[in-house]
Amino acid sequence: MSQKEAQNEEPRNEGRPRAPLVERIDVDREELADVMKREKEELERTWARPTGIIGWFIDTDHKAIAKRYIITAFIFFVFGGIEAALMRIQLMRPDNHFLTPDQYNQIFTVHGTTMMFLFAVPIMTAMGIYLVPLMIGARDVAFPRLNLYGYFVYLIGGILLYTGFVLNTGPDAGWFAYVPLSGPGFSPGKRVDIWAQMITFTELSGLAGAVVVIGTAFKMRAPGMSLNRLPLFVWAQVVTSFMIIFAMPSVMLASGFLASDRLIDTHFFNPAEGGDAILYQHLFWFFGHPEVYIIFIPALGFISPIIVTFARRKIFGYVPLVLSLISTAFIGFGLWVHHMFATPIPQMGQSLFTAASMMIAIPSGVQIFCWIATLWGSKLNIKTPLLFVLGFFAIFIIGGLTGVMLASVPLDLQIHDTFFVVAHLHYVLIGGSVFPLFGAFYYWFPKWTGRMLSESAGRLNFWLMFIGFNLVFFPMHQLGLNGMPRRVYTYLPETGWGTLNLVASIGAFILASGVLVFIINVFWARAAGAVAGDNPWAADSLEWATTSPPPNYNFHNLPVVQGRYPIWQATADAPVVRGLSTTSRETLVTSVLDAQPELCFDIPGPSIWPFLLSLATAVMFVAGIFTPWAILTGAILGGIVLTCWFFGDPNYKNKTARETGKRSQPVRPAPELRPKEV
Amino acid sequence: MIDMRNTTLKMCTLAFVLCCSSCGGIHNALNPSGPQAHNLSRLWWLMFIVCSAVFVIVMIAVFLSLRNRTGDSQATPQIEPPREQERKRSNVVVTAVTITVVILFVFLIASFSAGRSMTAGLEHKNGLTVEITGHQWWWEVRYPDASANNIFTTANEIHIPIGVPVTFSLKGGDVIHSFWVPNLAGKKDLIPGKINTMWLQADKPGVYRGQCAEYCGLQHARMALWIVAEPQEQFNAWRQSQTGTSIPPSSDSQKRGQQVFLTSTCVMCHAINGTPAGSNIGPNLTHVASRNMIAAATLVNTREHLAQWIRDSQTFKPGNKMPQNNLSDADLNSLVDYLQSLK
Repeated sequence: MSQKEAQNEEPRNEGRPRAPLVERIDVDREELADVMKREKEELERTWARPTGIIGWFIDTDHKAIAKRYIITAFIFFVFGGIEAALMRIQLMRPDNHFLTPDQYNQIFTVHGTTMMFLFAVPIMTAMGIYLVPLMIGARDVAFPRLNLYGYFVYLIGGILLYTGFVLNTGPDAGWFAYVPLSGPGFSPGKRVDIWAQMITFTELSGLAGAVVVIGTAFKMRAPGMSLNRLPLFVWAQVVTSFMIIFAMPSVMLASGFLASDRLIDTHFFNPAEGGDAILYQHLFWFFGHPEVYIIFIPALGFISPIIVTFARRKIFGYVPLVLSLISTAFIGFGLWVHHMFATPIPQMGQSLFTAASMMIAIPSGVQIFCWIATLWGSKLNIKTPLLFVLGFFAIFIIGGLTGVMLASVPLDLQIHDTFFVVAHLHYVLIGGSVFPLFGAFYYWFPKWTGRMLSESAGRLNFWLMFIGFNLVFFPMHQLGLNGMPRRVYTYLPETGWGTLNLVASIGAFILASGVLVFIINVFWARAAGAVAGDNPWAADSLEWATTSPPPNYNFHNLPVVQGRYPIWQATADAPVVRGLSTTSRETLVTSVLDAQPELCFDIPGPSIWPFLLSLATAVMFVAGIFTPWAILTGAILGGIVLTCWFFGDPNYKNKTARETGKRSQPVRPAPELRPKEV
Repeated sequence: MIDMRNTTLKMCTLAFVLCCSSCGGIHNALNPSGPQAHNLSRLWWLMFIVCSAVFVIVMIAVFLSLRNRTGDSQATPQIEPPREQERKRSNVVVTAVTITVVILFVFLIASFSAGRSMTAGLEHKNGLTVEITGHQWWWEVRYPDASANNIFTTANEIHIPIGVPVTFSLKGGDVIHSFWVPNLAGKKDLIPGKINTMWLQADKPGVYRGQCAEYCGLQHARMALWIVAEPQEQFNAWRQSQTGTSIPPSSDSQKRGQQVFLTSTCVMCHAINGTPAGSNIGPNLTHVASRNMIAAATLVNTREHLAQWIRDSQTFKPGNKMPQNNLSDADLNSLVDYLQSLK
């Protein structure tokens, strides 16, 4: 395999002739310094971000948008955590009256909805929006305005849900809102409508993010970064984005049909009128199961770079790791029925889904074995990011193994819809995603802010979260086997579930204190953390080749990549891209497979239209809760805004793409890409 | 890292203690009392033991990979590790993946065979059939029979004879519920517009508790049921006692109670066979005094509970469909007298 890999290291160029990529020219050192200084000033001006309140609405810088996404999603994470704490207080002892049943049902629904739709998916997309352009050496994302629109619709969706919740109109039918319970007959009022429309907003934002990431990763890579050199982080983001594109339409149907059943008396899901309650479950889980992988696969993308950096060696099994990501995505679409084993589905059908659900353990296994093989024998210096990855191993493997149990139809019939499932899904999602995410925060925080998070607080943070997490969720396996169904607001003392619930509630507060330590650490580090420098971890990927935090234009000269580990493999005279305009937002478009330069392209800059379009979208869906006419009004408003967006844009004329050959100047050596000694 | 090792050890100990301490109880998947649940618990223990072993082995591998912690975080990276070393590691990884596949295959076979034995012969089980309809938030239980006289309806308490398979025909009345008695079998959903079928069998006499497993609205938490498994003769006697019409009131108070029942809102939802009360919105009360629990296995069927429940059921089960009743103390007393006579 290593021989094959060595072959793949060279970008393939058979089939079509092209100009030599690298041309050496001799320059006068002093003259070069002057040119560099002037270019830098021009780039600063060209890529200057709009300021002020208006600036906030029109700024298209991918780093600014991603930071906003991350902070917004983290605030929703804290909200979701507070809801979890309230539930744990309620379940601390039998027959507790801390919450009314109605409050409890709203809280668990909003907790699930928040964590899945407003925290996990957006924050994973946000990590990609920040890091993908930097990792592939681009100036910005492919569609910066679409990206901005994605953020605003997400924000509006989140505000909609929480406005409803605060006004005691929070959804109360569970985060998957099964019909007929969520239908017009059993959930009167506007609660479920708010849920359904919030789903629409997050779908839109997820799709926008996916398109942005795919466009960026496929067409804007630095020259030389052929697909077989793509960082594993970017692979994970690309695979996730494709999953979003295939999964979201299904839930759009589910929530759209549900909304029309409620709003305009259709009968998609009404068995009395020939509809089908099971149809909803199929549509929802065809999205809902891939959703889990949409949250989990980006986290796998955090783990590989962290392990490579700390093991200080190349990743073991790059190709198997990439293939595992892709096969996980494929198989992930073939196991939705394991959420529905208790419905009347013929045994042969169920067996297929059992097999698929077990099969998905294989790529996960491959990845874990490859990571252990990477770590094996390395001289390690365990810092907080790696600690979180190790925590991931311990927790996620338990979650994966209980997942295999749930894949078995007969066993699933015992533990489905019990606290065993609650334990399983938190082991998979917190262990599989939140632990790597916190590792990623510690790892990339220096890049985002220029300062290091405290290492000792990081360790405290890890141990509080690790111990707290296991205390909360491990006993839940037992509770499930002891017959405790999920989503119960209370239980009788005779059931004997009290002790384990008390343990879980205590654990919840330890877990929460871990998150609190993290928040304090962030505020402390912003003010007084050690200055990080460009590459504090001596890592290998391109985001570390620029300053921390990166300038608005990301790189002065776009780099040229010489291997899978661009910084580690950069030679002393590593070439860079020259000849891009510094007075317009020009960037390089490269080919999909080999990343050969194809075009120069002006990236659109700040614009108010994305925000106005998100308002039109809001009219359509928020007012759509109350009257079907809102759909028409919103569509017309949206049409007007889109027309202005595309034709009223001063930048539009300049967007003509130009052939690289005509414009670009030779690529020449520059000092920026050398490995830095920090 | 010492800490992590200790934590793992503690977790394993905790897991062991938890699993051992709770093997018992009338609402427990690990205390099987019938062939279905026995199959399931065998499958569970197989998977539990194999998965625990896998977990321990992988964790040992992780810890061994962390042996050398003398690293320098800025050390020169190794981009071309020795070929021989990488080849050896590939072999180990391929072996590990192969073992994973084999284990999964064993699980798959075990799962299929358990599944087959559980559904096999469903159509040949000629024993008793019980029809269950899920309502927000109680269980309607109907015992069909070839003779119309022997058909009867009860609620929340299902009597079955031991040692014979009982077929359950599950229907959704309003929203989706899920029928689950962990000691006896896995769960099946009750879905409006569909009929779901399962069978179970109790080998030991006893009471087995179950609870609705699919979130069904406000009082999902208070929607439990009992399965009372008893020897065939006892079951026959019970069945006999349930088929007849209600016992006519004998004392004055009971007679007054019946009048209260028939003239107040009770009659709009509940049925008592042998009286004009025939509505089937709420549980059938023809033999309500023969049940152990009321309010979907939430309250013990005592005089006090019955009176409190009739007066204000909303304090026990907020949101349930039964309204408050402003009966005078004397009326309430008579009503409870009457209901308690309905053996």
